Formats: sequence, C-alpha cells, structure tokens
Amino acid sequence: MPILKLTDICKDYQQGREPVRVLKNVNLTVERGDYLAIMGPSGSGKTTLMNIIGCLDVPTSGSYELDGRDLKNLSDDALAEIRNKHIGFVFQSFHLMPKLDARDNVALPLLYADVPLKERRVRAEEALKAVGLEERMDFFPNQLSGGQCQRIAIARAMVGKPDLLLADEPTGALDTKSGNQIMEIFRRLSEEGMTIIMITHEPSIAACADKTYHILDGELRTETEEPKEAGHED
Amino acid sequence: MVENIRLAFQGIWGHKLRSVLTMLGIIIGIAAIITIVSTIKGTNEQIKENLIGAGNNVVTVQLNQGGYSYDMSWNDIPQGVRRITEETRQELEAIDGVEKVSLYHSRNYAEGIFYLNTQFNGEIYGIDRYYLNVYGLQVKYGRGFTASDYTDFRKVALVDENTVTTLFGGESPVGQPIELQGDVFTVVGVVALSEEFAPTIQSINDYWLYADRSSGRIYLPDAVWPTAYRFDEPQNVAIKVENTDVMASAGQAAADLLTEKQIVDTNGDFDYRSQDMLEQAQQLQSMSESTNAQLIWIAGISLLVGGIGVMNIMLVSVTERTGEIGLKKAIGAKKKRILLQFLTEAAVLTSLGGIIGVISGIGLAQLISAMMQIPVAIDVTAIAISVVFSTLIGVVFGLLPATQAANLNPIDALRRD
Repeated sequence: MPILKLTDICKDYQQGREPVRVLKNVNLTVERGDYLAIMGPSGSGKTTLMNIIGCLDVPTSGSYELDGRDLKNLSDDALAEIRNKHIGFVFQSFHLMPKLDARDNVALPLLYADVPLKERRVRAEEALKAVGLEERMDFFPNQLSGGQCQRIAIARAMVGKPDLLLADEPTGALDTKSGNQIMEIFRRLSEEGMTIIMITHEPSIAACADKTYHILDGELRTETEEPKEAGHED
Repeated sequence: MVENIRLAFQGIWGHKLRSVLTMLGIIIGIAAIITIVSTIKGTNEQIKENLIGAGNNVVTVQLNQGGYSYDMSWNDIPQGVRRITEETRQELEAIDGVEKVSLYHSRNYAEGIFYLNTQFNGEIYGIDRYYLNVYGLQVKYGRGFTASDYTDFRKVALVDENTVTTLFGGESPVGQPIELQGDVFTVVGVVALSEEFAPTIQSINDYWLYADRSSGRIYLPDAVWPTAYRFDEPQNVAIKVENTDVMASAGQAAADLLTEKQIVDTNGDFDYRSQDMLEQAQQLQSMSESTNAQLIWIAGISLLVGGIGVMNIMLVSVTERTGEIGLKKAIGAKKKRILLQFLTEAAVLTSLGGIIGVISGIGLAQLISAMMQIPVAIDVTAIAISVVFSTLIGVVFGLLPATQAANLNPIDALRRD
C-alpha cells in the first residue's frame, strides 16, 4: 500500500473575482521508503502542493490518502493531529522557537502529543544525537549556525517518528557545505527507510533524491516524461 | 498548564517594559480599590469603637420633648414628669439583656464653675453609685465616691483627665477646691476610662466634640445635685446591656417603660427615648460607605481601561508572534492549546498586575494612615476578591486575542517570514 496517494488533486484560489487554479489534476503516488524531489520555479504551485501533502491546506477537489486513510472533510484539529503524528516538517527558514534551547525545540511536537516531560526530554536528546548535535543540547538558536539550526529542525521533524518527512527548500538558506551535510542526513534517513519528499528549485539538491518530479503551472510530471503543453485557462 | 504558565512568565519577562506598562491600568485600579476599602474599613472600625467602645455596651435613655432631648441647662423643671425612683431603676434592670442601670443628672453646658480664676466650660454630671461601673470609668488618682459621700451629702467631686489639663493646668487636682454655683466642692479623685473601654464617646455630639477638643467632665454625687442646681430635675438613664445585639431592643423596652410610668401629664409632649450608639455608629458608617462606594466605581473604570489595554497589547503580541503560532499549529498544536496559551498569558499578566496592585494599595493605605491620621484596616476578603477579579479581567479581555491566535491559518502564519 502506498504511503501517500494523490488522485486528481486540484486547488483553486480566489484572486479578485475569478478563481485561479493553482494545481491542476495532480496525481502522485509515494511508496514507503521513497526519496523524491519536486522541482519547480516560484509560482509553479510547488508550495501549494507541499501544503496539501503536509495537511496544512485542503484541496478543492480530488482525493488524498495517507497510509490508506482518506483525509476528506477532516476538522482543523483532526488535521493538526495527523500533522503531529504522521508528518515531519523542515522549513527553509528553520522556524525554531528563539526562546527555547535545542532540546526544548526538538521536544515541542511531543508536547502536543501529550508525551510526559521526562520521556519528551529523553526522546529529544536521542533525536539530537541522531543529527550529531549531542554537544549543543542546551544552546539557543541564536548561538548556533544555520546548518546547526537546520539539523535541530530535522531532529524536531523526526522526534515524533513520522511516516513522512516533508522538506521545503531545506538548503535554501544555507551555504554549500552545510547544505551538503543536510543532504547527507537525508540520505542516511532514506537508507533507514524514511519516506522523504523534498521541494527545491536547485537541480544539485534535487539530484540527491532518488526520483525527481517537475511542477510547472500547476502540473506535475516525472523527469522522464516529455514536457507537454498545458491548456492555459487564462 | 504548568508549561503555559512557564511560557507566560517567559513572555512577560522578555518584554519587561511593555508588560509593566500593560499592567499599569490594572495596578492603579486594584491599588485604588484596596486603598479605599482599607480606609472605609478603618474609619468604620474607629467610628464603631468610638461610639460603642470595645465591650462598652451602653444605651442612654433621655427625656425628650417633641422629639428633642430635654436639656436641663436651659429648660425649666418639666411639668408632669416624675423623678425616677430606685424601685423603677430595679424594674429597668429586670429587662431582658440588661446588666446594670444608672440614673444621673447632666448639663452639657456647665456654668459657674471655677478653679481659682479659671472658668470651666465642659460638662457636669450628678451620678449615682452605679454610674462609674456602667460606663467603665476607673479611679486613676485619689478616690472614688464612698457610700457616706452620698448619705452625708458631702460636697466632693471627681474630674476626668481633660479637666485636669484644661482647669488645673496639668497639676494634680486631688484635694483642690473648686467653686461650683457659689459653693465649694473638693476634688477627691481623677477618673479615666479603663483600657478595654477606651476610647468611648457617649453621644454623637461627643463624637464631633472629641474630634477637636473636649473641655472635660466633672462628676458630683447625685445626692448633692439639688444643692448645686435644682430639686426634682428628671434623671437620665444609662443602661449597660450584655452585648450589642440586645442594645436596640433593651433600649426600646426601657424607654417604653419609663414613658409609661414617669409621664403623668401627657399634655407636655414628653416621652423617653433611647439613644442607641450602635444605630448612630451604623448611620455614620453608611455615610462614609456611600461616598466611598462611588470612589470604587471610579476605580472600577480604571480596571476596565486596564483590561482594554491588556486586550490591545495581546492583539499586538498575536500579530508579532504569527510565525510562532503558525509553526506550533504546523507541528500539531490544536486550537485549544493556542487559545489556552494566550489566555494564560493574559491572565498571568493581569494577575501579576493585581498582586502588585494589592501590595501598592496596602502601602498607599498605610501611607495615608500615617500622613493624615486616618485609620486603615486591611481587608483580607477585598484582597482575595481583587486578585481573583484581576485574573478574570485577563481571561475576559484575553479571549478575543487568544481566539484570533487559535484561528490563525498555519499557511498564512508561516508565509509571513
């Protein structure tokens, strides 16, 4: 059974009076353990797609199955729970809490899963070890480099043992060396069986994934597919 | 919850100046209320103590004509009103709740009393042997009246401590002669209120009198009152009751009994009326309370303004922390969590304001007390209510910003930066 199955996903946004279709009949099946990259220029709809995959947004039409479960008509709180239990997020700008140290930042998703304090700390420390930051547990984000911050963010994404790691331009704010470190961690996670979907506009980063999709004007296609002309509606 | 409170303190500490300014409205409102309530309570306790005295439960019953007390200083002997006999005094003592009854004569404006060349202008009393006991007066120097003072019609007098100051220039008056309506009386002792009765004041006029200065009191045995003044002056009655609860009823019963027995001729519009100190105390108290109730309303407006200030700052804080809220929602925080976090923050902020307000209020009350000689009494109930109320303000005015935070769309929130 695929971990993720998108069927005919469309997303419209109201822009002025006319609805604008940002995603057009997107179909995507991701198997457990897949490591794929989605590439596309800005405005192509890749962030919208990422939001829908991450359950931050709901599609206008089409069906979304996560681990065999249809996510239609779920409440905000039910979606929050799915994000908490099944999806780990890594953002371009890290989004760490400046007033929490590394350990507490990583433990945050466990707080929302009502895990007791002691266990939260133990699991946060394990996750930090896994990204090589066991020496930096008591550090605050402003005392750490960008690469270290992004590794904290990865630890935070992984601490809840999600089914899917979703990364939005994970190296966008980093220098090449730090970026490579992040890609090494992703590679290792993939080898350990983690499903990873990464959104990027850099071909060198996309090349780290096993499989690359391109999105353009709201249409998704694989690398091997021939670019086809999209039927523009506007 | 503990996590939320910790976070709230972190947030407040992180913006010290802003937090203090936000709390200011609450602090001022609560401090004002605590100060006012403490002052009311202090004043009330003082009024009560002055008028009733701690443990001095005395009701006076006086002859009234047409509703006004009949003062012998400038009135004739009333027609158709009998002297109160010892037998009647004992009947009065038999009334429920009455401990002791004293009969006495009095003049509020004594005339013709001198020591050397100084004229006395206080009050004079002709007292029976129960009077000192009823009013809780003790002999401080010299001696009190003896049985033979009464039976032998001795021209002796007792004075109070104010008289020692105003008439005798602070020197001991014991053994000194005073001139009283042309007669010579010898001062035999000085009386003062015993500790547990002080500072008792015996009528509402005395209350105001004491407020500036009393010239003092001179006491004679009632046996010699007619030689100094007139025969057949009607007596006043002082009734000591067991406790304040029966003051009104015992006073009324005594007044009724006296009106029925003593007034022979009903044409003179005479009757006996009781002067209940408790009632007078309550009148004074309600007067001070009603003026201060208005002040509490004004302080309440300050709390309202403070609450709106808190709401305003919380809204700004929600906008500022959109990114934080968005991330928390993205990683799985439910609406209730975010709502609770911001509500807790508002409530902690206003509670802190309330506590600071209570402390400043107590300080302010003590300062006023020290500077203006107004008594204050700290009211624990008022403090508890203030703190709870300030927490409530936080919850009420935090509700709108917290709801706004809880309803933020995580996509919009994350997109901001």
